[in-house]
Amino acid sequence: MIDLWFVIIAFLWSGYFVLEGFDFGVGLLAPFVSRGGAEQRQTLRTIGPVWDGNEVWLITAVGAMFAAFPAWYSGLFSTFYLPVVLILVGLIVRGVGLEWRGKVSDPFWCDLGILIGSALPAFLWGAVFADLLLDSALAAVVGGTFTLALCALHGAVFLALRTDGRVRHRARVAALAMSAAALPLAVIALSSLGSGLGAGGRQGAGLVLELGSLPALAAMGTLAAAVALVWRRREGWAFTATAAATVLTSVAVFARLRVAPLPGLTLAEAASGPYTLTMLTWIGLITLPFVLVYQGWTYWVFRKRVSLVH
Amino acid sequence: MDALDLARWQFGVTTVYHFLFVPLTIGLGVFVAGLQTAWHLTGEEHYLRLTKFFGKLFLINFAMGVVTGIVQEFQFGMNWSEYSTFVGDVFGAPLAMEALLAFFMESTFLGLWIFGWDRLPKRVHLACIWAAAIGSNLSAYFILAANAWMKHPVGYEVVDGRARMTDLWAVLTNSTALAQVPHVIGASFVVAGGFVLAVSGYWLLRTRADMWRGVARAALVMTAVAGAVVVGSGDMSAKLAHEQQPMKLAVAEGLERDTAGAPFTIAPGIEIPKVVSFLSTGDFDATVQGAEDVQRRFEELFGPGDYRPDQGVVFWSYRVMLGLGMVTVGLSVLGLWLTRRRRPMPGWLARLFVLALPLPLAAVIAGWLLSEVGRQPWTVAGELLTAASVSPGVSLAEVAVSLTIFTLLYGALAVAEAVLLTRHVRGGLEAPEPVPAAEKLEPSLMY
Repeated sequence: MIDLWFVIIAFLWSGYFVLEGFDFGVGLLAPFVSRGGAEQRQTLRTIGPVWDGNEVWLITAVGAMFAAFPAWYSGLFSTFYLPVVLILVGLIVRGVGLEWRGKVSDPFWCDLGILIGSALPAFLWGAVFADLLLDSALAAVVGGTFTLALCALHGAVFLALRTDGRVRHRARVAALAMSAAALPLAVIALSSLGSGLGAGGRQGAGLVLELGSLPALAAMGTLAAAVALVWRRREGWAFTATAAATVLTSVAVFARLRVAPLPGLTLAEAASGPYTLTMLTWIGLITLPFVLVYQGWTYWVFRKRVSLVH
Repeated sequence: MDALDLARWQFGVTTVYHFLFVPLTIGLGVFVAGLQTAWHLTGEEHYLRLTKFFGKLFLINFAMGVVTGIVQEFQFGMNWSEYSTFVGDVFGAPLAMEALLAFFMESTFLGLWIFGWDRLPKRVHLACIWAAAIGSNLSAYFILAANAWMKHPVGYEVVDGRARMTDLWAVLTNSTALAQVPHVIGASFVVAGGFVLAVSGYWLLRTRADMWRGVARAALVMTAVAGAVVVGSGDMSAKLAHEQQPMKLAVAEGLERDTAGAPFTIAPGIEIPKVVSFLSTGDFDATVQGAEDVQRRFEELFGPGDYRPDQGVVFWSYRVMLGLGMVTVGLSVLGLWLTRRRRPMPGWLARLFVLALPLPLAAVIAGWLLSEVGRQPWTVAGELLTAASVSPGVSLAEVAVSLTIFTLLYGALAVAEAVLLTRHVRGGLEAPEPVPAAEKLEPSLMY
């Protein structure tokens, strides 16, 4: 039961990183791939109907952690107190910026909020998890820069897939440019993760580390494939590849957290009792399929490429 | 001043601030859904224009409710790690259910509604705003079930220094929650009704259009009906507090000693005999516990300590809640009476409607202060003290930094939201469009 809930939480976080990952990327790139108000609106309308639903994956992941592993939840967020404050600030200014920009006379502040609010969490989530696993400031910077670049690449591919005209063209160029940063960073970040070469490499994790290196390697592979697919203008497949790279990165992280979700804490110590976990399992089994269906339906409704509207 | 004090201030500031936006989200969402339903049923153009007008105001407010709500979910872990570790087994379940059952529904269908005007069949589009509105109300239920557990913990046992849930159904049907849910949701509809009243009051003064009279009447009905729910459930809460939270009741009523036939104190020195005994038990001569005697009993039960919440805050917030709530509901009943059977809306009444925005909002905030300051010194009544709930590893400096950041950011956003709402209220309804509006892209609702 404990393992099941660990997998569910890893699934929710991975879903969050994939979905909000491209939201962050679009927010990061919006000022660079669009010229003028109409293109800016076109760019942001690709995520308009979905970003808020995507963010609920975070709320659910955190809520599930609180319910299933209270000590992990409270330990993680009280340990990384200030980074989490900054992530929250980012999510606040981004959310308000997105919702308000169509309702103000000059969207300058909203657009600034979207940019900062996309950059902060995209960097800081990577930094927090890298620091948690490898316990070094350098790892945090590298990890954060990697997730920032990964989000930007993921978002650029998403934009290339979801828009047409000039924004689509620029998004493709941005994706290629981003991959120049993302690929080397992926090699550094993921190899240190996979092999546990960080400053505080944990002991007694031999077997899991061996297994843990598989998703990390696969993540590098899919990322390289994504770049090739962007080059060949296969946007749908490229997006699948960046999404897979994001999931695999997240899997690599959680494979290592499985051993020790926090230094000095085991999953069993952190977990709620069997009664609560059983109840949560039933609730999850009943509700999650509905959520997946209607969120999927949203993407289906808005499947058409977003065009310029003057 | 230590980290505990600042963490409490931060929780208070961020939570009160969050709840400035929540009631409007809860009540106004249903109101907008109602307007769109009216358009759907009658086909009259002005209902569509009203839907979009109030929809825009709803969305400006909704954004603030969402982003300030995210902070809440993290804050338990960030600042109250001892509390979270102790209660997570029980308290986390309703939070997880809130996300799965309510937040996904609310945010996904709202996204569909905002961007789906020209993509979805009319009927499906209408269903989307209802789904979003229902999601908001469901979320209120789950979070209140979690909150009620802090004041009246049920369905658990303490094993190895942590609460373990033994009965989820008991947690979800906690009597405290069942009284609190209609009270808070009712109050949210009063706030939303007051907001619509204030907006229509402004427009009645400017245009005298028949349409705004209709809007005002609808808001009056909403406020009056919701007000009745608030009063009824408030009565339930008072009776439950008598059994479950004697200290809160004693301090709120200003009773020092166990008193038979306890009077209600309007302000110190002005008393109505026997009313408190009646309100808390249904019997004019029943004994209501007093703070000093509860303190003595708590010391016997829990050991030495000060078990009184802040007398001034609890006593006065109770009176502010009651007073301002009553005035608002009274205003709505008066308005309904004066405008009965097609009577015109008097100008002075429309002017009074502007008060209907701040009064119930202040009442709601006072209600939360009563509820949560009155819970002190406990986070979980009888089980965990607030002082033992705070994160041990988070320093004074860290909390000072986050409190400063949140306060400044929230202050700036409050000003921006007020300016934005005012501008859109003044801007009024958009002119009727030559093309059928539902088939045209609607940039004002979108980005």
